[in-house]
Amino acid sequence: MVDGALPKAGDGTVASKGGFWGWLNKRFPAESFVRSQLLEYYAPKNFNFWYFFGFIAIVVLVIQLVSGIFLTMFYKVGAATAFDSVAYIMREVDYGWLIRYIHSTGASLFFAVIYLHMYRGMLYGSYKAPRELLWLFGMVIYLALMAEAFMGYVLPWGNMSYWAAQVIINLFGTIPVIGGGLVQWIRGDYGVSDATLNRFFALHVVAIPLILLLLVVLHLVALRQVGSNNPDGVEIKAHKDAKGKPLDGIPFHPYYTVKDLVGICAFLTIFALIVFYLPTFGGLFMEGANFTPADPVSTPPEITPSWYFTPYYAILRAVPNKTVGALLLLIAVLAYFFLPWLDRSPVKSIRYRGWVFKTFFGLFTVSFLSLMYLGMQPAQGIYVVLSRIMAVPYFAFFLLMPFYSRIDPVKPVPERVTFHG
Amino acid sequence: MGKLVTLVLVPVLALVPVLALPQPSHAAETPGASAIAPVDWQSWHADNDVSDRASLQRGARNFMNYCEGCHALKYMRYQRIGTDLKIPTAVLQANLVPPGSTVLDYVTSPMPSTDAVTWFGKVPPDLSYMARYMGTDFIYRYLKTFYQDPSSATGSNNLADPNVAMPDVLSDLEGVKQAVYRTVKQPDGQTQQVFDHFATISPGNMTPEQFDQFVRDTVNFLDYVGDPAQEQRRSMGIWVVLFLLVLTGIAWLLKREYWKDVH
Amino acid sequence: MSEAAGAMTVGPGLEPEIDSELDASRRKFLTAATGAVAAIGVGFAVVPFVESWNPSERALALGAPVEVDLSKMELGQLITSTWREQVIYIVRRPKGLVAALSKNDATLKDPGSAESTQPAYARNEMRSRTAEFLVMIGYCTHLGCLPKAFFDPGDPVLGAAWPGGFRCPCHGSRYDMAGRVFDGSPAPTNLVVPPYSYRNPTTLVIGSDSGSTQGAA
Repeated sequence: MVDGALPKAGDGTVASKGGFWGWLNKRFPAESFVRSQLLEYYAPKNFNFWYFFGFIAIVVLVIQLVSGIFLTMFYKVGAATAFDSVAYIMREVDYGWLIRYIHSTGASLFFAVIYLHMYRGMLYGSYKAPRELLWLFGMVIYLALMAEAFMGYVLPWGNMSYWAAQVIINLFGTIPVIGGGLVQWIRGDYGVSDATLNRFFALHVVAIPLILLLLVVLHLVALRQVGSNNPDGVEIKAHKDAKGKPLDGIPFHPYYTVKDLVGICAFLTIFALIVFYLPTFGGLFMEGANFTPADPVSTPPEITPSWYFTPYYAILRAVPNKTVGALLLLIAVLAYFFLPWLDRSPVKSIRYRGWVFKTFFGLFTVSFLSLMYLGMQPAQGIYVVLSRIMAVPYFAFFLLMPFYSRIDPVKPVPERVTFHG
Repeated sequence: MGKLVTLVLVPVLALVPVLALPQPSHAAETPGASAIAPVDWQSWHADNDVSDRASLQRGARNFMNYCEGCHALKYMRYQRIGTDLKIPTAVLQANLVPPGSTVLDYVTSPMPSTDAVTWFGKVPPDLSYMARYMGTDFIYRYLKTFYQDPSSATGSNNLADPNVAMPDVLSDLEGVKQAVYRTVKQPDGQTQQVFDHFATISPGNMTPEQFDQFVRDTVNFLDYVGDPAQEQRRSMGIWVVLFLLVLTGIAWLLKREYWKDVH
Repeated sequence: MSEAAGAMTVGPGLEPEIDSELDASRRKFLTAATGAVAAIGVGFAVVPFVESWNPSERALALGAPVEVDLSKMELGQLITSTWREQVIYIVRRPKGLVAALSKNDATLKDPGSAESTQPAYARNEMRSRTAEFLVMIGYCTHLGCLPKAFFDPGDPVLGAAWPGGFRCPCHGSRYDMAGRVFDGSPAPTNLVVPPYSYRNPTTLVIGSDSGSTQGAA
């Protein structure tokens, strides 16, 4: 082909087709993108229930972006106006209450979906080579999401918003040497104030969403590069047919587009049930204490963060020493980053792991859920004792993994996936 | 193994919200397990129904007559109350809207805040969100547990909110009552005064049943004020959920049809 | 369907190989049905977001009819008010100037207000309910500036033939004492008259035809 000349009609390439599609494809890799990402991307055919949550997470991200943008049209940032503007949205903007409940429900369900998504990764060893980078991108998304949720919760400027900001920012004060100055720098003032609220608004609405979008793209690119894992932990690229297609793979489109559609619709049904019938979810998604304006001279009787932070909150409060508590909180969150290297087992999937690993993993699961519950309770008496007890299997799961994953009596891993059509 | 984990995990996860429901209110003054109070006011429930429009209308009237003197509902417009509660504008204007305001105005209170601080020590809080902040059960218990207390500045006290700055403004309806305590021995030998029951000192204009209804209607109204769109939300929700169930069903049929290919 | 153990018989094309026409039409039907229901769902889902842009209750309340007290107005005086974010001109016109309005007809672009915007009761020569008061939205119908009052006939600036009216400072449009635009002005139509009524002879209610602030126009 001569430089700059367009392909002639009838030479078989997409670009030679007529119409808009042909015009577009001469200038943009539309069809090749659709082909490579959907039609010729082979995913393992044995995906189960746990494999819905990645795509659902993308959908929730879109829901949050759209509902969030619309909230920004009516919300007035500022310590003097924020609370009133949220009341304005709930009571005076047409369907403002619906947009707000969509956003608050989406925030909590985002974490539910992400936790299930991460749990799937742990169940099936999706963090193991060659998917370590995929896992790390995901973990950074998790951190960004936690920051996004925390700042979003401050924006209504209710009393819980204010005191949550106070407590979490003060955590940074535990860092030796720079702690005090860092806290003031984050706040932009001598106490949590209008300055803090304004910068959280900018971060929550602009900066972190952009970062999240970038990270999700990186996460998907890394996934595309290595291909999906599956519940058996078997690499489907190991067995290909004569045309080079994995024997245990099926094209993402139409099979997983159609299956994910069911997942999305089922998820949206649950989403709608909550938005329309249980928007506060018994006080879990929206706490009663936040329905009163921020009051710097009056702390709510019990400050607890939202449910998705409470496992780490329970660990923080379990230790009477502020610095050690904060350090343990940090380790508890960052431990996941190291999973690809802590796990020395030759098998990926829990289906073929031995009783040793399953015991530790089961105890980890129980401890995470228990710590989640305990973090919501007052920090006294039996709750503190149980938090200390439950923190042990949580940390043991990670810290002892290099040892027990090596001695774990694994089962033979099949060559091909197990699929029951 | 994955199936087993799933079978265990899903019910456990479903239980988490149940387990995490807020604990009963910790009323600091009344002691816990060792006392057996015949009048267990802490287990009283408002049991209000915001779809009961007649109750909401009575509650709106109650609020304007007995509460609005001190408490504002600064996020509610009269007109909205009229529309949602189906009160005609003329009736609204005549009975609920104070002179000087129009139906388009927010429900403000004539109580000057500086005077309020002088008289009560604090400004009476705005009640727009009180039902969502403290809950309808709390407001119900609060309005029904005022009792005479000569040692307080207002001459009265309250079980649900001890040493509250608000006087017993409903005493002409309910009457004046006294809190009767009984002595309870603790396991460690010490004695403690535990609330037992209320005794009427002087009756009010209403019978106990009438007053109870009065309070329930008022709490119901405050529940509505806390979330005025709730009835619209619930009635809309039926259609949305049904639609999504239908869509899920059709999508599932589509999926099943395509997945026949996969073996 | 031919197959290796566990393999998919799907060609590299857009449609997988299917082994009966029944399957194909069933798939088409189900895909179309799902697509249609989903599209309806998306349509409904868009509604709350679009509706949220409507003026909120607060905007509607602030846009409620406005009362203006006319009792202190002098003859020949212009006062302004605001209604729905718009400047409203209220003029108390001397009888003589009102009587002279018909003389302007030949030099007006729209003497009968056929092209201009006003309620039915203002579609007359004086463009108002009563001769005494003129109520108009004060924005020039050219590009929206506020015309200035030049109520004296034979104004030194505007010439001996000037019958009294308004002149817009931005591009020179001229209007008579009923807000009707003169030929030669860049403005196309007469000044807009909003809905208004009188609660009593000295109280004007802008934005309502019923004389009260409770009903919007």
